[in-house]
Amino acid sequence: MTRYYTEDHEWIEVDGDSATVGITDYAQSQLGDIVFAEVPAVGATLKKGGDAAVVESVKAASDVYAPVSGTVTEGNAALEDDPALVNSDPEGEGWFFKLTLSDTDELGSLMDAEAYKAFVDGL
Amino acid sequence: MRYLPLTQPDRQAMLAAIGARTIDDLFVDVPSEARLSGPIEGLPLHASEMAVERHFSNLARKNMAASHHPFFLGAGAYKHHVPASVDHIIQRGEFLTAYTPYQPEIAQGTLQMLFEFQTQVARLFGCDVANASMYDGSTACWEAIGMAGRITKRTKAVLSSGLHPHYVSVAKTMAKYTGDALDTALPELSAKTDSERLLAAVDTDTSCVVVQYPDILGRIEDLSALAAKAHENGALLIAVVTEPVALGAIKSPGEMGADIVVGEGQSLGVGLQFGGPYVGLFACNEKFVRQMPGRLCGETVDAEGKRGFVLTLSTREQHIRREKATSNICTNSGLCALAFSVHMTLLGEKGLRGLASLNHALAVEAAGRLTQIDGVELVNDSFFNEFTLRLPKEARPVVRAMADRKVLGGVSLGRLYPGVEQLENGLVVAVTEVATDEDIEKFTTALQEVLA
Amino acid sequence: MTAINQSGWKPEMTALRPAQDETDVAGTYTGNKALMLEEPLIFEIGHDGSTGIDLAEAPQVASRLGGLQRNRDIGLPGLSEPEAVRHYTRLSRQNYAIDLGFFPLGSCTMKHNPRLNEKVARMAGFADVHPMQPVETVQGALAVIHQLAHWLITLTGMKAVAMSPKAGAHGELCGILAIRAALTARGDARSVILCPESAHGTNPATAAFAGYQVENIPATSEGRVDLEALKARLGPDIAGVMITNPNTCGLFERDMRAISDAVHAAGGYVYCDGANFNAIVGRVRPGDLGIDAMHINLHKTFSTPHGGGGPGSGPVVLSEALAPFAPLPFVDKDGEHYRLVEEETVGEHHDKTFGRMVAFHGQMGMFTRALAYIMSHGADGLRQVAEDAVLNANYILRSLQDVLDAPFAHSGPCMHEALFSDDGMAEGFSTLDIAKGLIDEGYHPMTVYFPLVVHGAMLIEPTETESKATLDQFIGALRSVAGRAKAGDQSLKSAPHHAPRRRLDETQAARKPVLVWREPEQAVAAE
Repeated sequence: MTRYYTEDHEWIEVDGDSATVGITDYAQSQLGDIVFAEVPAVGATLKKGGDAAVVESVKAASDVYAPVSGTVTEGNAALEDDPALVNSDPEGEGWFFKLTLSDTDELGSLMDAEAYKAFVDGL
Repeated sequence: MRYLPLTQPDRQAMLAAIGARTIDDLFVDVPSEARLSGPIEGLPLHASEMAVERHFSNLARKNMAASHHPFFLGAGAYKHHVPASVDHIIQRGEFLTAYTPYQPEIAQGTLQMLFEFQTQVARLFGCDVANASMYDGSTACWEAIGMAGRITKRTKAVLSSGLHPHYVSVAKTMAKYTGDALDTALPELSAKTDSERLLAAVDTDTSCVVVQYPDILGRIEDLSALAAKAHENGALLIAVVTEPVALGAIKSPGEMGADIVVGEGQSLGVGLQFGGPYVGLFACNEKFVRQMPGRLCGETVDAEGKRGFVLTLSTREQHIRREKATSNICTNSGLCALAFSVHMTLLGEKGLRGLASLNHALAVEAAGRLTQIDGVELVNDSFFNEFTLRLPKEARPVVRAMADRKVLGGVSLGRLYPGVEQLENGLVVAVTEVATDEDIEKFTTALQEVLA
Repeated sequence: MTAINQSGWKPEMTALRPAQDETDVAGTYTGNKALMLEEPLIFEIGHDGSTGIDLAEAPQVASRLGGLQRNRDIGLPGLSEPEAVRHYTRLSRQNYAIDLGFFPLGSCTMKHNPRLNEKVARMAGFADVHPMQPVETVQGALAVIHQLAHWLITLTGMKAVAMSPKAGAHGELCGILAIRAALTARGDARSVILCPESAHGTNPATAAFAGYQVENIPATSEGRVDLEALKARLGPDIAGVMITNPNTCGLFERDMRAISDAVHAAGGYVYCDGANFNAIVGRVRPGDLGIDAMHINLHKTFSTPHGGGGPGSGPVVLSEALAPFAPLPFVDKDGEHYRLVEEETVGEHHDKTFGRMVAFHGQMGMFTRALAYIMSHGADGLRQVAEDAVLNANYILRSLQDVLDAPFAHSGPCMHEALFSDDGMAEGFSTLDIAKGLIDEGYHPMTVYFPLVVHGAMLIEPTETESKATLDQFIGALRSVAGRAKAGDQSLKSAPHHAPRRRLDETQAARKPVLVWREPEQAVAAE
């Protein structure tokens, strides 16, 4: 399994042609206390870079973009009752959705952990 | 000038502190060709309080005030007695001259009032939650249609022919620009509503069915079948209540399955005011709360654990979501919501039930007397405090002729539906607790004379 | 999803805190602090059987309710009049208000609300008139609308005014719909509205509500619209621009005329957000700057009360190009007779209207108040209003720029509001702490975190109805609070200390929304 990152602070963990997506620890720390997360419906088709989910703090709402194209296979139902999971465990229990990739070549444009760390340090 | 505290020496001292020679130095960024050198010509100069009051007294006298004459108008705005304490409370400076409660530590008065208001509205409408109010009933109605579109991701709305024609007009204006399709029809002067048309029109492309309850002609109909049909097709039922006092006597729309209930709250506390400001009521099922427009007040605790209230779920709103907001609305109708809430608190369950019974009984009596006039027929089978009469001739001139006899005798359907011949003999009559026996008698006599 | 209420919570349930030593003060049994009185919800003190209204007995009649009689309780507690008056009076005392003190909320124009205006609005001839009465019986009311319209048109140098919009954002919608109608009438389907980043959120929200895509216009380092960047973006897809002038950074858009000319040359229209008209009323006519539509917040410039969040009123003045598309209804005058142009007469007089925006004729109660305010000031007084508002704001700007970062202080004088940022505060201190510190000093804070183009924005609008003494004391208080934030005074992080409530937990409110009161047992069951 390999984990990639986007410049919009999403992470994606890929296993063959399926993957799990969430937002990074850096993203949750910038947003502050998360009060609401809306995940995509199962079966939704996502386009790389398109709106996929919404995450809200008290004073801000942000879109979560699809790091790659694909079809949603599961949304994280736990976020409905406990959106704070995104704060407490953003890169684990606080994942947003799983999808089947439609084009694994798209992964080539994403960053690995090291590149993302350098990217965040430069902000 | 009585509202301006700065004195000439103050102004000089302040200009000196700023480092400006004259006030004009502070307007340097205005291009000189756009700067006016003196007071705008053709407009009067300042006036004393007495002079202004006199001007308004003179104009006020040119209007026929509802409380000075037998009065029977409704059709979306109702004359009810507003207790003196309501106006006293809304004139307290702490309510009147406060702003939107953005700093909750020093706005708990407004916030707690809004929380109480939301609860009263939700209960009255039979819904889980209500917002802190909208501009008025007509705009709340359009917002509900828009909300149903967001929830169902569909664009066809089916509107009952019993929906207030101005509300339909507002929806039509907006739909032209949003691409929503509105299925509308004109009402008929009949006891039967167009619920069969609505049932037939609902399909899996429908976002919502919109029904007024009681409707523009005063008719009351069970909404359960429509709710069931809408839900079978994945659509929502929106009920519109323009006379909330009715809900002291009849079942709430929420009880009958409505998903969103909106209304005009003017009847309680607000007064007629020639059409505004009024207060839009907006309530819905809890699961739709994040798609609601408008402000919401919610309960929380402060740093010491004391209960307190804040504006919440603000991420739906324009100041955060900007072009992705659920609505462009940026305000509510706070002071009118306060008036509504105070009036409702003074009434309580007992008072509202009693007020509703009184309204209904007087309306039944008035309908009985008016239909004894030759050629005058009652259109409705059912009604609350408002019903429609079919006159033997066009109603609009009749209303004007009654006004000449100092009786304000209803709203003609000709005014509401200009140019629609089959409705022009219709007269919508509202009878509330303010109508005395003598008023009803004067109305009956005037109508009889004018029709003779 | 709903959390339980803190229902049944009473102030005395917060543990009674005994005095810690002889200098400490014990808590009170009631939770009250002398004149600071706690007040429960009406649902906790009222009863179904209580009422504050005596009604006549209803005559016995056969019900005509169509078999839909209510057979369930609504759940509306009532209070007798003395209880109700006390309940709301106690609540009122937990509010800050203009009547109590200085309220420098930028962009909101919190000026004194003259009581004469309240008196005239309540005259029976205006307050107790039905909107659908025959027009012959409401000639005085129509005269008020017509006279106010005349003032608004003359003060702005425009061609017409649509009176019905119910608030500023509703006025924006009116203006954008008029633009869209004008474009549609000439068969031009443009799809984009341009707004500066510093715009009020209502601008992009309104454009989107009316079916437009929204794009940003960049600003210059001076805090004004970047004219060259705007010109570069203009083209056949641009329906119009929405510009706030004076803008939300408190600056006059010097290039307004050039902006209008460029937009018109490219076939678009210019909407001006008139939220800040107070700075220029009586001194500048927006019509002279090439504007096509502008809403006027009667509750700001013309002092109708804000009422704790509405009702407002937002008439929209229109240029010759847009006037034919104005919404219904419309007041017109034939000789000495006032007419209402509604749906029926529209064919003859006003056939290009884009339609109706509200059920009736707009905010009559605000029209009477605004006209009384305008007549009281007159053309000379309104000019003085703008001058004093601008003078007060510049006095604040120059008196504070040595202790607070003023990002646009170099851009020239401000108009009626002064903008500061939170640059220079101690680590961990922000605008929010300064705002809460001002609460303890007895002020309503300025507008915070708006406009978005400035970090930790603080927008101060003093208005013209404040004395120099008030401004001087406020300046002293803000200097003191800013000094504490720079020095890292921890007590500021937990301010306010003296308000009816301490900082409220907005995260909890949003995570588990409790929007209505439920009986305690019901609330527990819903968990």
